Amino acid sequence: MEVSSIRNGVIIDHVPAGTALEVLAYLDIDPASTRLALVMNAPSTRYGTKDIIKMEGDVPVDLEALAIVAPRATVAIVENGVITGKHAPTLPDRVVNVIRCVNPRCVTGSERGLDHVFYRVPGRHAFRCEYCDEEALR
Amino acid sequence: MLATLFYEPSTRTRLSFETGMIRLGGNAVGFAGTGQSSVSKGESIADTVRTVAAYADVIAIRHPKEGAALVAARAAERAGVPVINAGDGGHMHPTQTLADLATIRQRCGRLTDLTVGLCGDLMFGRTVHSLIETLCRWGNIHFVLVSPPELRVPQYVLDRIDKASGCSYEQVRDLAGVIGSLDVLYMTRVQKERFFSEDEYVRLRDTYVLDRARLAAARPDMAVLHPLPRVNEIATDVDADPRAAYFDQVANGMLVRMALMAAVLDDPLPGYGDEKRQTPAGEQ
Ligand SMILES: [Zn+2]
Repeated sequence: MEVSSIRNGVIIDHVPAGTALEVLAYLDIDPASTRLALVMNAPSTRYGTKDIIKMEGDVPVDLEALAIVAPRATVAIVENGVITGKHAPTLPDRVVNVIRCVNPRCVTGSERGLDHVFYRVPGRHAFRCEYCDEEALR
Repeated sequence: MLATLFYEPSTRTRLSFETGMIRLGGNAVGFAGTGQSSVSKGESIADTVRTVAAYADVIAIRHPKEGAALVAARAAERAGVPVINAGDGGHMHPTQTLADLATIRQRCGRLTDLTVGLCGDLMFGRTVHSLIETLCRWGNIHFVLVSPPELRVPQYVLDRIDKASGCSYEQVRDLAGVIGSLDVLYMTRVQKERFFSEDEYVRLRDTYVLDRARLAAARPDMAVLHPLPRVNEIATDVDADPRAAYFDQVANGMLVRMALMAAVLDDPLPGYGDEKRQTPAGEQ
């Protein structure tokens, strides 16, 4: 499958196979209003299969949000058809309004105007709600 | 001036806060249940607390939602009014834990090198979570977690035990097999609404009843604790046994709340100051 390369934009590679749309949701990027190409279940020498997200234009990528959903992804910045910069996701200690708490007993579900804050579990790739300590499900 | 904001009823906890403050020479106001307050009109926790912080010097809050006390503490921060968590949903109940710790130390003379059995609903029982979390700070505690598989301790609490120095746990279904090894037995209520079927509830409820016959297998100096109110999980014939410590816990509950309120108001009670400097061994 051939997908036209982008001229100026961002390529997120090594996204876990089948999760490209979920990644976009985490990054708060609306596929309906962004010029993008998704390659799903592409062969990968490293992981077997992978997804690739190519976006045209100056699309900001939240590397912390990316780290939560696709910690092994890579981000390449493309200018005039060449890669001019590469970034790795950075796993944050604390994330605000990226993950929503799904615990029905959590105060974030009922109190208005409250940020959804999650903190990282030390030594693990897992996050817990700052309010109720419930672990985020992924 | 203490304000008690009780969004759900709890006679014991609220009365102990209020009588405690009155015994300290202060006064207490507040609400119990949300029927008569502006909360019933949909006011947020933050707004209610910000308002009350203008009237009171210290706030105690009980709320069914987990994390509500943190929301309240942040709302009152600007006014410099301390907020005490008097129970937030199934999450934490730290002042009950202080009462539990005071009682354990009274009975055992220490808060470390203990085998502590916790029995009943360990999934939703917030007093259980708070007690484990806090005992882990002292270290060298072996927890014996007695519950039906459906009501086991949540993973984050087990993680806390794994992280604490010298602490370990075992999960079992039956109390009878382990009661002889315990220094402390902490009983909790198995609540009917937690069960999927009536049969299951009835079967498990009767597994976790402590009576004189079952107590006979326990050590003569074991302490039996219960956050109360009880339903049938401790038979009344246990009350006269010297190992029954749950009414001591009630008395200690008021005393530790007095000490806590005095401390957060920067007027610590004599005799409680030295405790502050004691550093728990297992502190991370
Ligand atoms: Zn939560």
